[in-house]
Amino acid sequence: MVYLTRKAEFSASHYYHNPQLSAEENLRVFGKCNNPNGHGHNYTLEVTVKGNVDPRSGFVVDLKQLKDVLNREVLDAMDHRFLNKEVPEFLTRIPTTENIAIAVWQRLAPKLNQAQLHRVRVYETPDLFVDFYGEA
Amino acid sequence: MKAHLTRRYIFSASHRLHSSQLSDAENAVTYGKCNNPYGHGHNYVLEVTVSGTVSEQTGMVCNLIDLDGFVQHEILDHFDHQNLNKLPEFAKSVPTTENLCIAIYDILQRGFRLAHLEKVRFEETMMNSFEYAGGRELGS
Repeated sequence: MVYLTRKAEFSASHYYHNPQLSAEENLRVFGKCNNPNGHGHNYTLEVTVKGNVDPRSGFVVDLKQLKDVLNREVLDAMDHRFLNKEVPEFLTRIPTTENIAIAVWQRLAPKLNQAQLHRVRVYETPDLFVDFYGEA
Repeated sequence: MKAHLTRRYIFSASHRLHSSQLSDAENAVTYGKCNNPYGHGHNYVLEVTVSGTVSEQTGMVCNLIDLDGFVQHEILDHFDHQNLNKLPEFAKSVPTTENLCIAIYDILQRGFRLAHLEKVRFEETMMNSFEYAGGRELGS
């Protein structure tokens, strides 16, 4: 088994708000992230796939195909977007780094046919990242 | 769904590597420049990884305000700009980054209850890093 990681970057804005909580509770739980006008980050995404090395190509996965899927399914949808308003998953889920990692996994997993998705890592800043391994 | 969250912190501290169980000559051979009696310092990068179910209410494994607050009060306030050899954690052990990993892991394990502690990782310099998961093998 060999693991391959592809990096990508996207920039997006978001804010944290749970409509089931009062305004005071939202502010207490989410702090500055609760500003309804939003704020933004440069996100770094690392997608790790795993598989056996194809003896003919020497590849775990065709990197071009992985890049195309990543661009189409994730970056086109999230780059330079207001996540709460423009990405369907976040109409009902709060666009935390945790939920972004889960959403990226759910977008990619069904589209990758050659290699198996191992890990999605999302950096919100260089000092904060979330890993999702598809665990229920 | 279960996710892993990692947060990075930085603190600066000095130390000297010297074991009372070794002779001066053995200390010099074992620790080299790190045995300098006056000590030396590092900018330590600490990575704390916790895991848990992502809350439907908050979208979080745990609130960063809580994790940052705990690390600030229990770790950074205690270790930052200190001589590690003078701290109680290292009264009986050498303040190597291995032992620092274990000391910090134990503080988090004892006191931080809001998510499961997965591991602690330290960068002593850009070239050296150390990880400790409470004695467990590192997983995926």
